[in-house]
Amino acid sequence: MASTTSSIMDTLFQRTLEDLIKGLRLQLIGESAFISKALDEIRREIKSTDPHTKSNALQKLSYLSSLHHFDMSWAAFHVVEVMSSSRFSHKKIGYHAASLSFSDSTPVLLLITNQLRKDLTCPNNEFEVSLALECLSRIATTDLCRDLTPEIFTLLSSTKIFVRKKAIALVLRVFEKYPDAVKVCFKRLVENLDSTDPHIVSAVVGVFCELTSYDPKSYLPLAPEFYRILVDSKNNWVLIKMLKIFAKLVLLDSRLAKRVVEPVCEHMRRTGAKSLMFECVRTVVSSLSEYEQAVKLAVVKIRELLLDDDPNLKYLGLNALSIVAPKHLWAVLENKEVVIKWLSDEDPNIKRESLRLVMAMVSENNVVEICRVLVNYALKSDPEFCNEILGSILSTCSRNLYEIVNDFDWYVSLLGEMSRILHCQQGDEIENQLIDISMRVRDVRPELVRVGRDLLIDPALLSNHFLYRILSAAAWVSGEYVEFSRNPFELIEALLQPRTNLLPPSIRAIYIQSVFKVLIFCLHSYLLQRESTTSSYPDTSALSELASKREMPEGSNLATFKAPSHSEQDEVFNPRVSNQSSEELFVGNGGDRTMSHGQTSTPVTSENSFTYEAVVNQLNLIELALGPLTGSHDVEILERVRNLLCFIELIKGEILESLVQKEENLNSAETKSSKIIKLMSDAFSEELGPVSVSAQERVPIPEGLVLKENLNDLEMICGDIQLPSSISFSLVSTHYEEGVGASLLDLQIKEELEPPSEATSLLAEHRKRHGLYYLTSEKNDIVANDYPPANDPKLQDNQNNDTEDLVKLTEQLLVSKKRPNQAKPRPVVVKLDGDVVPVSAKRPGPKDDLLSGAVQEVLLGSDTRTSTSRSNLSDKSSSKRKGKEKLITDPSSELNENLGDAEKLDHENPSSRRSKHRTHGKERRHKSPRKIREEREENGQKEKKKSSHHHARHKTRQRAEVPLNVVSETPVIPDFLL
Amino acid sequence: MIRSVMVMNTQGKPRLAKFYDFQTVEKQQELIRSVFGVLCSRAENVSNFLDATSIFGPDSSLVYKHYATLYFVLVFDSSENELAMLDLIQVFVETLDKCFKNVCELDIVFNYSKIHTILDEMIFGGQVLETSSTELVKAVEEISRLESASNSITLVPKSVSGWWNR
Repeated sequence: MASTTSSIMDTLFQRTLEDLIKGLRLQLIGESAFISKALDEIRREIKSTDPHTKSNALQKLSYLSSLHHFDMSWAAFHVVEVMSSSRFSHKKIGYHAASLSFSDSTPVLLLITNQLRKDLTCPNNEFEVSLALECLSRIATTDLCRDLTPEIFTLLSSTKIFVRKKAIALVLRVFEKYPDAVKVCFKRLVENLDSTDPHIVSAVVGVFCELTSYDPKSYLPLAPEFYRILVDSKNNWVLIKMLKIFAKLVLLDSRLAKRVVEPVCEHMRRTGAKSLMFECVRTVVSSLSEYEQAVKLAVVKIRELLLDDDPNLKYLGLNALSIVAPKHLWAVLENKEVVIKWLSDEDPNIKRESLRLVMAMVSENNVVEICRVLVNYALKSDPEFCNEILGSILSTCSRNLYEIVNDFDWYVSLLGEMSRILHCQQGDEIENQLIDISMRVRDVRPELVRVGRDLLIDPALLSNHFLYRILSAAAWVSGEYVEFSRNPFELIEALLQPRTNLLPPSIRAIYIQSVFKVLIFCLHSYLLQRESTTSSYPDTSALSELASKREMPEGSNLATFKAPSHSEQDEVFNPRVSNQSSEELFVGNGGDRTMSHGQTSTPVTSENSFTYEAVVNQLNLIELALGPLTGSHDVEILERVRNLLCFIELIKGEILESLVQKEENLNSAETKSSKIIKLMSDAFSEELGPVSVSAQERVPIPEGLVLKENLNDLEMICGDIQLPSSISFSLVSTHYEEGVGASLLDLQIKEELEPPSEATSLLAEHRKRHGLYYLTSEKNDIVANDYPPANDPKLQDNQNNDTEDLVKLTEQLLVSKKRPNQAKPRPVVVKLDGDVVPVSAKRPGPKDDLLSGAVQEVLLGSDTRTSTSRSNLSDKSSSKRKGKEKLITDPSSELNENLGDAEKLDHENPSSRRSKHRTHGKERRHKSPRKIREEREENGQKEKKKSSHHHARHKTRQRAEVPLNVVSETPVIPDFLL
Repeated sequence: MIRSVMVMNTQGKPRLAKFYDFQTVEKQQELIRSVFGVLCSRAENVSNFLDATSIFGPDSSLVYKHYATLYFVLVFDSSENELAMLDLIQVFVETLDKCFKNVCELDIVFNYSKIHTILDEMIFGGQVLETSSTELVKAVEEISRLESASNSITLVPKSVSGWWNR
């Protein structure tokens, strides 16, 4: 009783959708409050028994769901109720709500099958049918598709265009969800290609365009029909879709491409529609790029687009150009000026696209100029695009281990320059590359240290937090390769400058560690220098020792200890002087040195030499600057500071004393501190190399170590991993390599020859049993020479030997450098086996999906799979299927084989094939000893075929299939176009 | 295939949203917001394309057109032609114009159901089925007539837009 009255009240005073919208716009009580009130109303109204109230509520709910994003899945059942209303307007609301809110997991979907079937077969109201079709196109599930396939099949030949075109479009979803429907509907779908109604053709072509984009191969047999439409159709929409289809198909069959290229060019020349013209261009550049003439024509058209005022056409022109770039770079180079000009276009799309093209043009020869131009553009651009430019320079230049970079000095200074660009936010990448290059490219280290020094010394850079990572790389490089520095003291000062407190702790820690390294280097050099003055030994020995350890290239500026004699007056200098205001000292020294650095390139300057005074100054400076940090809360900083300060404490006393006793004690070089310094210096001069990804695998298993009793388990783990026979590169020191891992090859050989231990005998036994080698060394011979597979052939032999002493290596390097070398050879870039993995992204083979199987089955008559759900089909379709099953004769594997043979045959004998193609219609070829007979047969059928319609062609195709069964090797030539 | 059609005003309020793959309402809201976020930052007189891959995933393109206070947006994959999609927006707007006589944002606001009818006649399950605005108008009028005929009880006159357009 109460509910009836309320329902009447609801009906009378219910808000309509318009009222709701008006209320929303007035916003008297705020939008969210209003909507929640409205939703409450809707919840009440939607339960009403009155269909009008209900549908009205549902309409409001759909509106709120669609434009205000309120979930309406709770109303799913009400949607079904409204759908089943007999009134068209209610039904429409219901269907709209369903297509809006139903997903595959909506439970009530099971309830609507019959309603849909009823509406699909509605005899007089085509709009009701259309509602059901529309809804299905959004929500159809596998079950729905399976159950409704017969109805959809009927609609495919409906006389009402309005309905038929929608049924055709729906077939796409049906096929996708329920591939078995192909057996029923495919033929009729194909027949619709011949329709005289442009709407129908357009719809079918649209469906085929989607289908071919998933799986082009299956639709190759339809090429003749498609070709006819491509040539005859005047509808631009249809032509565009046709071009999309052929762009996929011609990639599968070169003969098809030959036929298609002419009509495509014809369309390109003739059409006035830019969309069609662009589609032709895209088809040519993406799929027909072997046809020189076509590409030339396309490039002409691209140029037209590029020079158009419309930014859309410009953008598309650039787009097309970037498709053509990989195969025909000349097309890009031809338009170089235009492309570069648009780097400064106001449209970000166009800028980005032209940047991509510019990067495509980069090669070894022009990388320097292009980067110059780009950096200039980066300076002028907005921050975002500036970073895009910088990012693409970085990624292009570092591609394949800096493949295109010949002059690393240039590149490193470019990196330095890029760091200074105002908007640069590529800190991480620049950091990585600086360190990577420093480890890989030996020859560039002096320049790297120079660039690093310039960055470190500039206090302004310390305020830009984007640069911190770069600075940390610079600090590391300066510390690690300090021997190339022109002025190590200057470096210490730069690393300790007051503004470094702006740096985050992790990077400050790197700074401090670098200070440590630089200091050790200075002290060591100082000691060597003093030794050479005091001792009677010629300083050459000390020199060469240092040189060999440091692998100093010839050009290094550091040879300061060559001129030690003048240190006399310095030594008189009272060290206590330096205890005065070190702040002043710091400033003064810093200024001096920077200046002197600029002026002089000769290494032997008083500033640069490791005088007693200078060393003591540095010690004091470090103590002063780092003293406050002993209370740091960051462990990394704390630890390094402590290390450094303790070290200084350890040696300082002796250094100061050594002044006094210097003359009398000839053995002063052998004091405790100098030993420590030597030791540290040795430690720091160990080269840090890049580490291969597979380094872990290279660690040899020591003899006598039983890793695993049961090697069966190892099979899974080591089966596909190859254990290399030698360490090619790792962080291990050279000494270690020499001592332990040096004769790895021998070790392995020994292991093979005389298996003394339990483990090896077990292994041998296991191998004998299984005939398998888990710790193989056969394949690893390739790995063995990977230390530096340099581009410089001169060096290769020398460096192939992994175990070679680095000192020897350096000598050879020096020697080889002395040879008269042409221009400027590309420096060695160390590569590791883990680095270069240019494995072409292997796509998982085309998955054998149900749909393509079904389509091939229908088109080629090959029974690729036994249908899974045949029993579910209704009687009507199963009778049709039976007819077809008889024709299925040829297993797919056989077919594929035949296709392969056909390809071969083709190449052998193209002319004869051609001539034959001309004589025959659209029939598939069978080349065999019996072909003549068959062809005659086919010719006979041709007469019939011509007079009859489409069905006839299918029949002939099927008939032609039969002999295949008899002679299974008979190659089939799938030229469908002729 | 067309993935989505959106109409939103220059404040970012959606006026029409149609997704041809199922999306939850939250996802819809997110997509509309991100599209608007990119659209509103673009200058006039630049190209009508947007890089949509960051919003809609790989193999997606986006074209839009700006009419008065509204953005019309189409999202589609590689089986559609960009310029043809721009034309399609034009067809849609023309049809709206014919249906509402000088269409403005309010017509779209108050004719939720009719707008959807027009769109559904033009694009069916992501495929373009009709590109002639005359044909579209014809079909839409037919459907509207059928709707009102089946609706004997109409409490509110259908064309509110008439009052608002004065």
